[in-house]
Amino acid sequence: MRLNYPTNIRIINVPCTGRVDILHLLKAIEDGADGVYVVGCLEGDCHYLTGNLKARKRVNYVKKLLEEMGIEPGRVEIYNLSAAQGPRFAEIAREFTARIKELGPTPVRAGGKAKEKAA
Amino acid sequence: MVVAERKPIEEILDMIKEFDKVLLTGCKGCVTVCNAGGEKEVGILASALKIARKKEGREIEIDEITLERQCDPEYIDQLEDPISKNNYDAVLSMACSVGPQYIAKRFDTVLVYPMLNTSFIGGSLEHGVWAEFCQACGSCAIHNFGGLCPIARCAKSLMNGPCGGSSGGKCEISPETDCVWHLIYERMSRLGQLDKLGNVVMFKDWTTSRDGGPRKIVREDLKQ
Repeated sequence: MRLNYPTNIRIINVPCTGRVDILHLLKAIEDGADGVYVVGCLEGDCHYLTGNLKARKRVNYVKKLLEEMGIEPGRVEIYNLSAAQGPRFAEIAREFTARIKELGPTPVRAGGKAKEKAA
Repeated sequence: MVVAERKPIEEILDMIKEFDKVLLTGCKGCVTVCNAGGEKEVGILASALKIARKKEGREIEIDEITLERQCDPEYIDQLEDPISKNNYDAVLSMACSVGPQYIAKRFDTVLVYPMLNTSFIGGSLEHGVWAEFCQACGSCAIHNFGGLCPIARCAKSLMNGPCGGSSGGKCEISPETDCVWHLIYERMSRLGQLDKLGNVVMFKDWTTSRDGGPRKIVREDLKQ
């Protein structure tokens, strides 16, 4: 299909979104990612039955944690689509990139920079 | 098990606001089972605190260690090495409140902070849901109540129930809370022991509970 999607997205493969842990999402944010999103199979279509449902719960947990820390929960998201929905994959990539651009750079990195400037 | 839950991040951040380097200690006992303070939760809290502090522009160094248990002195001894080799501003404990007290006792000059609120003695109803089942009154009598504890599970700790607040098997304090006296009645009925509930249970001797002050158990055969 040779579809284009934003180059700022870095894909990390997992065997199933059920493998995505709270800590994986947090570490990405901690290391300065502006946003992280999980792309899983359609709900009800998980080969392992509940992997994507578990991933959604974990994403929601991280959202709450971020909110507690005063960081926009929208920086973490989960989307569901099937392997046959290439155009939707590209669309999600554009959608999420647009959302993050609107939110601006992560305050996690900005905080560090503010410190450097202060020093 | 002892069931606990993590304090709100905001409260923790306020506790550690003056520190730049801390040791975050987990416990592989009860709090691991109730997903509050095991190795995994230590990792999650450490990462969350680092994120929050990076955001504030004042990074914090957090070392992580999870002990076999924090309620036995021999395991607390394992903190000797990291604490003596690192100049930690404070030690944060993700055990039930026994843990931070043991660390404070072992390390006289170290600041210790609890990361969890110790909630109750209970069990899991399903994955991710825990409920209170015991109040550690010190003189178990659940055999008189069909194996269910009216001390811990009745809002009023009634020994002769139910009260007028029992409706449709639920307690008046919340439609989600079972009336344990309803459960006791049903179970005693199934056991064919309803006649036992006819006896008036006299007031409980609370001296074995907290009313007698802090409690201690000594086993002379095990003591060295």
